[in-house]
Amino acid sequence: MERHQLVIIGGGSAGIAAALGAYENGLTDILVIERESEYGGILQQCIHNGFGLHTFNEELSGPAYAEKYYALIKDNECIRFLYDAAVIRIEDKVMTVSSPEGMRKVEAQAIIVSTGCRERPAGAIGLKGNRCEGVYTAGTAQKYLNKEGFLVGKKVFILGSGDIGLIMARRMTLEGAQVIGVAELQPYSNGLARNIKQCLEDFDIPLYLSHTVESVHGNARLEYITLIEVDKNLKKIPGSERRIDCDCLLLSVGLIPENTLIEDLGVKLDKRTRGAIVDDRYMSSIEGIFACGNALHVHDLVDYVSQEGKKAGKAAADYVLGVEPEGEKITNYVSNGVSYMVPQSFHKGKDLEFMFRVSKVFGESFIHVYGKGLDKKIKKLGIVPSEMQKVLLKKEDLDSLEGELHWEVVE
Amino acid sequence: MRSFASYFIIVLMFDVTIIGAGICGSLIAHELSKFDLAVLVLEKENDVAEGATGANSAMVHSGHDPKPGSLKCKYNLLGNRMYPALCEELRVNYVPIGAFVAAGGKEEEEKLDILISQCKERGIPFEVLDGDTARETEPNLADRITKVLSLPTTGIITPWEVSIAAMEEAMLNGTKLKLNYEVVSIEKKDDHFLINDEIETKVLINCAGAHCDTITEMLRPSPYKVGAKKGEYFVLDHLNGTFVNHVIYPVPTEKGKGVLAVPTVHGNVMLGPNSEFVEDAEDDATGDGLDFIRKEIGKTVKNVPFHKMIHTFAGLRPHIDLNDFYIQEDDQIENFIHVAGIESPGLSAAPAIAQDVVNDMVLPKFECKKKEGYKRRERFIDISKMNEEEVNALIQKDPSFGKIVCRCEKISEGVIRDVIRRECGARTIKGVKMRCRPGMGRCQGGFCEPEVLRILSEELKADPSEILLDRKGSNVCVALAKEDL
Repeated sequence: MERHQLVIIGGGSAGIAAALGAYENGLTDILVIERESEYGGILQQCIHNGFGLHTFNEELSGPAYAEKYYALIKDNECIRFLYDAAVIRIEDKVMTVSSPEGMRKVEAQAIIVSTGCRERPAGAIGLKGNRCEGVYTAGTAQKYLNKEGFLVGKKVFILGSGDIGLIMARRMTLEGAQVIGVAELQPYSNGLARNIKQCLEDFDIPLYLSHTVESVHGNARLEYITLIEVDKNLKKIPGSERRIDCDCLLLSVGLIPENTLIEDLGVKLDKRTRGAIVDDRYMSSIEGIFACGNALHVHDLVDYVSQEGKKAGKAAADYVLGVEPEGEKITNYVSNGVSYMVPQSFHKGKDLEFMFRVSKVFGESFIHVYGKGLDKKIKKLGIVPSEMQKVLLKKEDLDSLEGELHWEVVE
Repeated sequence: MRSFASYFIIVLMFDVTIIGAGICGSLIAHELSKFDLAVLVLEKENDVAEGATGANSAMVHSGHDPKPGSLKCKYNLLGNRMYPALCEELRVNYVPIGAFVAAGGKEEEEKLDILISQCKERGIPFEVLDGDTARETEPNLADRITKVLSLPTTGIITPWEVSIAAMEEAMLNGTKLKLNYEVVSIEKKDDHFLINDEIETKVLINCAGAHCDTITEMLRPSPYKVGAKKGEYFVLDHLNGTFVNHVIYPVPTEKGKGVLAVPTVHGNVMLGPNSEFVEDAEDDATGDGLDFIRKEIGKTVKNVPFHKMIHTFAGLRPHIDLNDFYIQEDDQIENFIHVAGIESPGLSAAPAIAQDVVNDMVLPKFECKKKEGYKRRERFIDISKMNEEEVNALIQKDPSFGKIVCRCEKISEGVIRDVIRRECGARTIKGVKMRCRPGMGRCQGGFCEPEVLRILSEELKADPSEILLDRKGSNVCVALAKEDL
């Protein structure tokens, strides 16, 4: 059987960075299994600018970011990419891989899962009405437009203010489609502030907060949608229905980490992130199985994905080379406005970065981090669920901590 | 009558024409294709199995429920016995999964007792379990359930697969299928019927589902009126048997069989249906039924993984005001056969209906022999059921069998090309999805649909802008990028 030190499943931004991290930390035999015929994952269809400000100090398009990052490992003999290949099953550390060359088994000492995420489809939100043509997730419409070269609608409405939806509002407008508006169920936007400005406001596209799409109507093709307002408990307000004629509804209603491979393997998933529960090494509940990038939790910026990938790669290398973590293991607990925390647990003994999201919009407030031997308040001017929060805790802060660590938002 | 089989390519005269390519139309065509007859199937949609056959509970009932003495009862019982062999013959999926009818409390237990006595009378194998015993094999049965009727002969199938396979095999053996063909006029001539002023047929079989009465009205005042009952469903992602292991029924009410939990042959679970009369027999919009299903399903099962929901749909069952199937040769017009009102348990009954229609109503009209050299269809390629050696043999012949296109259901490009290249092959994105599942998974085609569209356009030698999602007019591409709209 084919054997490697490390197999990375998915050659997108997280996978490429993980390969680099693992190599830099001493591994010499790394295989990246990529289902597409090129590296880069979803970046390849994100032709807009805005990638790489943190990593390369410049604003790049998705494909340019992928190319620039890939250049760091391009001629590296320790890292090999297998394209058009999909892992269809993992048993223990043995993967069944299907590719045009055949179906075969590949074994690894460690596996990093960097399979990205998928979009929540219409069926998952129970969208009412006809199953007509014209209802798409924003990313699929993006793929059709940027990779196949055609528009899936001329008169477009968008449900959900996630970033891909906002990007597509601008993109389809630039291609000549009429974007009628964006509805967001919550009383706040779910996209990055810069996208609201650059993709909606600059094009006079209205954002309907506290609104949702009640139903879609059409025979072969979408003809109209019914827009409805919701109250502060997100309950639909009867009588507020409004008919909006359109031939296309794009959905930007959430991203779900893609984890079925490891879920079948028995890896424990976090109910909130829907990614693996990991420690500070990004190791899951099964030893030697690591996760990073959007497969672990959905990120706002590719730069963060790359950083995380690199760290996961380094940790996987440590694991393969037999380097054990030394410090005591601490578990994170979240409550009062903190909706999740990655990593879910960690080993003391070094500086650590924690990533999390809040469950609603907070004005001026504190992130309260506490446990036996540690009590810290980090001041924030304003926090929104759409922007991932990062908190760095110093080794010295953590040294005196015992048992568990709690996180909450205090207004 | 003498069969026209040998001439039908030249003469537009058919021995038998079937209107409607749902499960009944397809299975009747399949039965007839075994004989030396010229058979034509007319379908107004652009694929087979587009009506009630494409959206229902996807199961073969044991026959415990229909009213005694009804055609529904007779054909359900017969059909249930025929399915395992039929599915083997057609090389399609059939899983003898078994069902639990779950009752909680005295009132429901009394209703269950009626079903138990019907099982005895009808010779249906069954077992009666108390709630706790039933929970040993079905741990997510609701706590309130006190008594269970276990029905081991209940099966699950993929209804459109049965229909597509039957039509494919019929076509391999000479049956003609005309899609996108709406019947607008029928005239009765001396010894034949004239359809749309261009097709002549000796025998006409009306399998038009929701439109059976419209077809009949073209010849005579219809003895029945077709309405539609709409049922909505949730589909949950693959659960690997972690939720339910049987079909779970509540005890039936006047409104019907109630809300079921039905595992599918591919490891998903469907929850539904509700049941609602609708005016428009084509109104397949989902509505508030899903809220109802959410509430009702709790009566029989617990720990429902609603967060695994990936799809919702509504199916329409053609209901006629006679409250039973209407299957007979017309009492006024010779050679005109009705297969009408095929609502639940129509899918379970269909093989038996097809057998009776062919053997008792059609064949006696012709002097015809069984066809020699009858061709069998090949099973749809399902890599998940093959071992590594078999898969590699396939990939060696055609590397595209190794290229996974649908990541959720793990369907490769070669498999998609195969279902397009066959008789009765896929012509639309939905057609591909129905035959080999890309788009059936948790991403609902979000990732693979553009790939499927590209493959369709290559195989059909059509411009991508011509590729349809589903019905006529459902072109995915509405404009090319960077041009005036």
